[in-house]
This record gives sequence, structure tokens and C-alpha cells, in this order.
Amino acid sequence: MSTTTATTAAAAPPAKKRAKMTDRSRAENRLGQRLVAPAVIVMLLVTAYPMFQALYLSLFRYRLTSPDDKTFIGLSNYGTVLTDSLFWQDTLNTVIIMVVTVGVELVIGFAFAMVMHRIVFARGTVRTAILIPYGIITVVSAYAWQFAFSLNNGWVNSWFSWLPWIAPETNWFGSHWPAMFAIIVSEIWKTTPFMSLLLLAGLSQVSEDMVEAAQVDGATWWQRLWKVIIPNMRAAIMVAVLFRALDAFRIFDNIYVMTRGAQDTESSSFLTYRQVIQQFQLGLGSALSVLLFLAVLLLAWLIVKLFRVDLAQARGEG
Amino acid sequence: MSVSGHLARRGTRRIWALAVTGILASAALTACSSASGETQLTWYINPDSGGQAKVAANCSTDKYKIATQVLPQDANEQRIQLARRLAAHDSGIDIMSIDPPFTAEFSNAGFLAPIPQSLQDKLTQQSFKGATAAATWNGHMVVAPFWSNTQVLWYRKSFAQKAGIDMSQPVTWDQIIDAAAKNGGKVAIQSNKYEGYVVWINALISGAGGEIATDTQKGLDMKLEINSPAGDKAAAVIRKLAHSSAAPADMSVAQEGQAGSTFGGPQGAFMVNWTYIYNSYESITPGFNKDIGYALYPQTVQGQQARPPYGGIGLGVSKYSNHVDDAMQAVECLTSPENQEVNAEITGNMPASQAGYAANNNALQKTYPAPLLQLFQQSLDEAAPRTVTPYWSDISGGLQATWHPPADVSSSTPATSQTFIDNVLHGRSLL
Repeated sequence: MSTTTATTAAAAPPAKKRAKMTDRSRAENRLGQRLVAPAVIVMLLVTAYPMFQALYLSLFRYRLTSPDDKTFIGLSNYGTVLTDSLFWQDTLNTVIIMVVTVGVELVIGFAFAMVMHRIVFARGTVRTAILIPYGIITVVSAYAWQFAFSLNNGWVNSWFSWLPWIAPETNWFGSHWPAMFAIIVSEIWKTTPFMSLLLLAGLSQVSEDMVEAAQVDGATWWQRLWKVIIPNMRAAIMVAVLFRALDAFRIFDNIYVMTRGAQDTESSSFLTYRQVIQQFQLGLGSALSVLLFLAVLLLAWLIVKLFRVDLAQARGEG
Repeated sequence: MSVSGHLARRGTRRIWALAVTGILASAALTACSSASGETQLTWYINPDSGGQAKVAANCSTDKYKIATQVLPQDANEQRIQLARRLAAHDSGIDIMSIDPPFTAEFSNAGFLAPIPQSLQDKLTQQSFKGATAAATWNGHMVVAPFWSNTQVLWYRKSFAQKAGIDMSQPVTWDQIIDAAAKNGGKVAIQSNKYEGYVVWINALISGAGGEIATDTQKGLDMKLEINSPAGDKAAAVIRKLAHSSAAPADMSVAQEGQAGSTFGGPQGAFMVNWTYIYNSYESITPGFNKDIGYALYPQTVQGQQARPPYGGIGLGVSKYSNHVDDAMQAVECLTSPENQEVNAEITGNMPASQAGYAANNNALQKTYPAPLLQLFQQSLDEAAPRTVTPYWSDISGGLQATWHPPADVSSSTPATSQTFIDNVLHGRSLL
């Protein structure tokens, strides 16, 4: 994130001179277009083609194991999905996981970012320690947390047995909310470092002069945080929230490993996986993945609107 | 100039490196398929304790060598891996071990090479009726029955004596649940949310004279018959056990292994489980097998013959294999009664043919008592395979979604599940 900002900011001045050097910049533009053309073509092949293929498939009743029964049914798959209670239950689960994990991660991640930013001694060690969970493969961390919450050999039940609602025989995966809690904890542990990394980038962009000026003016630590630091890193916060929210909305691995969707802990991605991969329902599954894509788009748009951040400004072009 | 010369040299070197790598790679690939003009047949097997690898070695000839590749543990994962590869016309699969409920689906999708009539006749003649039924789709045998499994009722002799229940006569589910509940015992079954639970439901419905679906040739428009007197009786048995003190504590998550532990534990009384479970106690608790009794699967309805579950593996040859003829020949060898016996001795997965039980000078009798082998064969002849339809996975998934957990099964469950499965089949509901 920080590198992108830095390089685009450095490249910005020549762009401002565009009006003066039309011919040259036009030639450069043309060269640039020619240089990126191969990459654009490859991108179209590997992303646009599957997307259109999914859109096309979603209009059919089509099962991988009975290819002869492929029939065009228009938007009927979308009707089935949108009127099905399972779809809405899974969407609700996904939204709950997303809101809770992103909310908690933002707070913890910010605290970690502050620590990483301000720390004087053992800087490298502390930063590495904070980033370790992010370096662990999600499936591995999901298994680790599944064992932690396990009724038979987990440490959660014994360590927290002093809490009135946790007993040695508490079965975390035996009902909906405890299972959701375990999934959310695992997700938070795994991805908070990513959040703090993005926030650290934002934090390092806040000018020390401004903070010092505020301090000289008598602002308390709390006031400096809320009036100076956070407003100045709004763009970084937006990017962090956007990335993590979109990631969290597509949660799959943790659920696959920890509950396999039992106890109604399925997410939208998991439902799509089951329709396409397990049941070979290419039509219904494609409709679900198109809806998932639209939901992610909507989410991204909402977050950008919510933070009222001009993306160009975030890149340092404004 | 010198820079571009250097770059050009680097480019040439890279091209050479690529070419050499390519040649080496293709040489390595050809080495795989023919070291001495010998074909390699790849057999995708379900994980076992070495039985299939042994018979693969037995059946390798000068003409071809059979190599095994292990599929995932979970039957549904096996189905997914095979189907996805076959749908992509993967020629790397020659022979595969297929679970009975997915046979029709694979055949209907055109994934399986037709078995020559002469081999079909031979297999039909040697195999148990249940095995033939499970291997047949659209009037043709589409996979070769390799091993056949069935469940029997296992009981602790000491417990049956204490409860005063006469196990020499066929018993009903009601009887064993009552006997266990009154005497502090448990009835171990498989009722986690998985295929094994549907095996139990199917056996209960079949035992009451019903069937999960008929008219399966009509594809999606088959006739579902879960909402029937037989379905009601099955639901009543499950409900009775789930609400009785004879229900194991882990009933809602119990699979074969958990059921085995319950049976081997202090409260063990009765258990329905597959044939291989017999071999799992003696090594841990020597002398335990003396207390194990066995009888025909319990009746759903008093006086009506029980229909034990059928399981097993059939061998199919991929239509996309480059060696279909060799693979057919290999399958004929792999499924010979002698090799079925070899596999059974190693894995505990019983032969799919009567001849297999007697093969190699009755070698199986060294590990299993003769009356138990007799019981297995009788059970296999009376077994009711799960409905043979290409849409079994939908039916099974629908049953799992509506009949689990067992404690929530009520008199309305059969009707609810039938409506739900019908909606799923016709794309009106998500599963």
C-alpha cells in the first residue's frame, strides 16, 4: 500500500505537465497502451471469460453428471436462490461474520499498528511476532483452532473453565452460536496482522509535524488520536476495511475445516461451493456465484461511499 | 552494443535451457508409460489397508502393470474427484473403485466404458443378488462387483443373557431398544449427518417393505416413496431410539468408529455395523470376541424379513482411458473370486461372490468363524441396496438435511423430507 502511494505520488508531477507536452505524452500514452495490451488480453482471458461463462451457465438447468439434460430456463435459477431460506440464512451468517471480524480487527489491528509504529526497542522482533499469524496458511490455523475448541483435546475449555458458561464438556461445535464464535475467533486471529499492516502504512503517512503542533497547542493524547491521526489516515483505514470486508465476505476455509457448514454455520461461498463442486449443479451454482460477485461489488461501493474518500486523493493525485 | 549482445546471449541460453527441460520432461513422461513396452494401468482406489494394492500386483502381467492411486477417505470426496476428472475427459484414470450409490450417476453421465457382454454374464453369475442389483443401471451391469459389505446385528452375549432376550430368533428394533433401555445398555448405530445415516434410514424403510424411490428410469420424475407407511415406521424407530435411554450420548455425531467404541465400552449392548468391525476388538482387548454374538439385522416390523444394508465397491473402467481393453481384462482378474478373497483377508471387506468366500481353500475361515461367514452371505442375499438412480446424492443430501438430528425426527418428517427432495430434484430448493 505504502509503495503504491509513494510511486504514484512520484509519478504525479509529469502528469500535471500533460497540457504542455501533448505530443510527447500522447506518444508515451500510446507506448504505454501497447505495453500493457498483452497483460490486458491475458486478464480478459483468465477473468472476463470465466465471468461471462458463469453468467451464461446461470441461465441453464445444468448438471455436470447429466449433460444431456441441459435446458435453458432464463432467470429461474435466480428466482430459486432468492426465494430460498437457506440462501438468506447463509447470507446473514456471512454478514455477521464480516461485521464482527472487521470491527474487532480494526480495533486490535490499530492497537498493533500503534505498537509497531512507536516501538523503540526490539522493533524487528515485535513486528515479526505480530505478523506471524498472517503467514500461517488459513487451513492450518483453522485446524489449530478446531483443536483448541475441541471437546476432547482442546485447551479452551480447561483454560477458561473459571467462566460460568464454560464447562469441561462444553461442545463448541454442537450448536450455532458457539460454532460461529469459534469460526470468528479463528478468522480474527489469522487476519488481524493484515489489518495492522495496512494501518501501519497509513500511520506512517501522518506527518509528525502536525502531531507535534497539536501537542504544543495543548491537545491531549486522546485528542491527537481522534482529531489529528485518524482523520489523516482515513484513506488507509478505508483501504484496510475494504480489503478485509471483501475478504471476510468470501470466508470459506475456516468454515470448511471447522464445521463443514454444520449447525447452520454455512457462508455464501460455502453454499456456492456445495452447489457447484459437491452437487455438480453448474446452473444453480453459477447463479449463486454471480450473486456473490454482485454482493461484493455492492459492498465495495458502499464502503467507498461510507468513508467518502476520493480514491484519486488516496493515491496522492488530488 | 555489448549490452544487447549480452542480452541476446542470455536469450539464446534461456531458449536452450527451456528446450532441454522440455526434452527431459517428455522423456520422463514416456518412461512412466512404457519402460519396456509395458502399459501402465492406473487404478484409483478408496483407501484401505493394502488389499487393493496386493490384488493389483497379483493381476499385473507382462503386458500391463496395474498401479494404484489413493482417493480421499470420504466417499463423497471420492465421487467428486473422480467425476470432475472424468467430466474433463482425463485419460489418466483407467480403472476406479466406485461406491454403489454413485454407480448410476457415473454410468448415466457416460463416464464408464461398457462392460463386454461375456464379462457381464460371468459377473452376474458369480455375484450375490444384492451386488448385481447395485451394479446394474438401465438393464446393464456397468461396474464389476469387487467386494460386498453388509451389516449384521452385533450383540454382547453377556448383555443378552442379562436382559433375557432370545437372540436365536430374529429380533425387532423395538425389542433391542427396550432390552437395552431396561438393562442400562446402549444401541450403537450410525446417525451422524452423513451417508451412513441414510444407509440406516434405507434399511429401516426397506425392512418395512418400502423403498425410498421407484420408477428411477424416469430420471428426475421418479416416484419418491418416503412419505409412506414404511417411511412412517422408519421414523418411529429412529424417534424411539433417540428418545430412549438406550441412545448413545454421541448419537447425533456417531459414525462407524464411534458406534464401535460404544459397543466395546462398558454400556455396549447392541450394534448394527459392517462386517469389518469384527476384526477391530481382539487386537486391543484379547478375548473380547468371545463375548460378541451376531444375528441377522433387526426387523423394522415384527415378522417381516429385515433388509440389511448393502455396501461395497464395484470396479468401473473409464470411457476416456487409452487402454479400455486391457483395463477390462484387468478388471476380470481383479474381481476373480480368488482375488476377492485375498482382498477380504487383508481388509475385512467381504467378497462379492459366494465363490469368493470359499476361495483359496476357505482361507477366510482362519480369521472368521464359519457361522459368521454364513451370516454375512445370508445377509448379502437379503440386502437392500440404496435406490439406484443418478440422483442419489440429491436424495441422500435431502434425507440428511431433514432427518438429522435423529432426536428431531417426528411423524411429519417423512412428508417434509419427500417434499423437500422433490423440490431439490426439480431445482426449486437449494440443498
